[in-house]
Amino acid sequence: MSHSARAATFVADAERTTWHDETLWFVRQKRDKAVYAVPEFQQLRELASQIKDHTLSRLDEYLQQFEAAARRNGVHVHWAADAQEHNALVLDLIRRHGATRIVKSKSMLTEECHLNPHLIGHGIEVIDTDLGERIIQLREEAPSHLVLPAIHLKKEDVGDTFHRHLGTEKGNHDPQQLTEAARQHLRAKFLAAEVAISGVNFAVAETGGVVICTNEGNADLGVNLAKVHIASMGIEKLIPRLTDLGVFTRLLARSATGQPVTTYTSHYTQPAEGREMHIVIVDNGRTQQLGRPDFRASLKCIRCGACMNTCPVYRRSGGHSYDFTVPGPIGAILSPNIDLKKHSSLPFASTLCGSCTDVCPVKIDIHTQLYKWRQVLAEAGEIPTAKKWSMKFMGRFLASPKAFGLGGKMARTGLRLLPYQLTHATAFNAWAVARELPEPPQQSFRDWYRETVR
Amino acid sequence: MRVALFIPCYVDQFYPQVGIASLQLLQKLGVQAHFPAQQTCCGQPLANSGCERDALPIYRHFVDTFHRYDYIVAPSGSCVYHVRQHFDKLAQTPEVQHVRAATYDLIDFITQVLGVTELPGRFPHKVGLHLSCHGQRGLHQANESEITPVRDGQLRRLLASLDGIELTELDRNDECCGFGGTFCISEAAISARMGQDRVQDHLRNGTTVLTGGDMSCLMHLQGLIRRRQLPLKVLHAVEILNGISC
Repeated sequence: MSHSARAATFVADAERTTWHDETLWFVRQKRDKAVYAVPEFQQLRELASQIKDHTLSRLDEYLQQFEAAARRNGVHVHWAADAQEHNALVLDLIRRHGATRIVKSKSMLTEECHLNPHLIGHGIEVIDTDLGERIIQLREEAPSHLVLPAIHLKKEDVGDTFHRHLGTEKGNHDPQQLTEAARQHLRAKFLAAEVAISGVNFAVAETGGVVICTNEGNADLGVNLAKVHIASMGIEKLIPRLTDLGVFTRLLARSATGQPVTTYTSHYTQPAEGREMHIVIVDNGRTQQLGRPDFRASLKCIRCGACMNTCPVYRRSGGHSYDFTVPGPIGAILSPNIDLKKHSSLPFASTLCGSCTDVCPVKIDIHTQLYKWRQVLAEAGEIPTAKKWSMKFMGRFLASPKAFGLGGKMARTGLRLLPYQLTHATAFNAWAVARELPEPPQQSFRDWYRETVR
Repeated sequence: MRVALFIPCYVDQFYPQVGIASLQLLQKLGVQAHFPAQQTCCGQPLANSGCERDALPIYRHFVDTFHRYDYIVAPSGSCVYHVRQHFDKLAQTPEVQHVRAATYDLIDFITQVLGVTELPGRFPHKVGLHLSCHGQRGLHQANESEITPVRDGQLRRLLASLDGIELTELDRNDECCGFGGTFCISEAAISARMGQDRVQDHLRNGTTVLTGGDMSCLMHLQGLIRRRQLPLKVLHAVEILNGISC
């Protein structure tokens, strides 16, 4: 199914679309306020972009430096080429400890690898501890946003979900009471967990440590209570030095939610006495993207979600319309790398307005990459046949002044003479579903010019 | 100064009055622009659909048509952005390089090349400005809300110089209208919704005349306005600057 088909379903609920659009626009405005307040914000963006470009240009060296430093700290480092290897590794680690109860803080990488179903299928209990993640986990849905995974749901939806799964009172939609119910429920899970899995926001090559940013402190609760910490990270999470970190933490939260900094920015460098810390470094298609010069910069992404909040298409079509772990504009340039055919409509789910590029804290040229993916997709034959042939025809037609003049006149005359029901028939004219066609003038500009000026 | 007028394909066929106003406004400013009759289109619809390769003959035709002029001026930021940005797919001969550098949006040409900062005239209406994304973010015709809270831009200033005009302050200053070329067909539902939201922002804030520098956005918005018979008049900015009264 294409993005447009899924989007049409979402937008058909006009009221929910309004709410979704306004909620995310509110976040975008918060971001604006926070950004305007930092005079050097554009310099920070440039610096972050350069640090990431540099890191990607010698990623192999930084990965090795990171691994060596982490091992020196007493951390176990593992490498996974793809999702399958990652999941097998994590399951093996869990089994080695005879564990069955796992808490997991937010990690888009484990979503990407579909870790939860894999573990659950092997009899392991995995509880997502980020509130939004827990809500969608109970509903057996995928996150619809990087930072706000349950943003497609209203508090009424959450109330119903908690009533069904956590036994809250039916019809209780009070956010405070629902949060309290989640807190009580998660507390028991935290206390019982034997292994805590987390994502990684930044991995520092120089120190071998990882940095995790959350607003709920759930990663810290999990990691500090469980005996074993497994942190999963994509190879692109590296930054060279600890002193680089401040650039990114200043950008991340402001771009994501408009906060000056996330509530908890936690550093994990070595396991506590008697504990174990594992880091799984995952490729899963990233080196392939690194090898595509036009799309390499997409790996600079720090997963702030700002491009989603600003994207006028995302705001009205919802994250699930992208059918990819990372939705929105950034997802639309990451996903064709993974499966060109399946995600062939995503680079077209944009007006190329460029707002995504302008909010991106690490200056990824998102809309330029969307444009470039379109060319790759058409060359690979992954655009609709009708479009392909009509564009071929247009190419010939528009390169010929004679054909153009004549064709234009025929179109105008046709539009004037044919019955409205025919020119505005929605069966073969998508324009007319919501819009009137322009009123055709008697004369084109070129005709007027020929008669008047010469 | 040899100036060619480039009238985008759909403007030529459906909005001749915008071409006429462009020509007349340039005349008033002392520029005798010439309209080379063999011109057609910049090829953007094809390229945005992924079919750059099919658009190459159009690009070549564009360069052949215009390379002898000092400036190529068009009442459309979007087409101009396309020529400047995406004609990189042609071999970069001196002709191609010249055409890419010398193609200007009409408003940019007036303000940057001619150095005109205000225009005489009277337009006593509440005017809402819809800048195209390609004009705004592509050609940097106005400040971007992603970067700064300051709202400024060449067209805004030109319009503000007219007597009696009042410019609308929108809730979302530079939100895309949802046209997006073939996007308006392939993602018709989202495109329509974006346009409707854009129109509502203008209505909510008192716009009676909706204007902009790109007829393509305006064509889409006008189609939505006429379907719902909303009380908004749509005019290309050059029509207003050329002294239309309504």
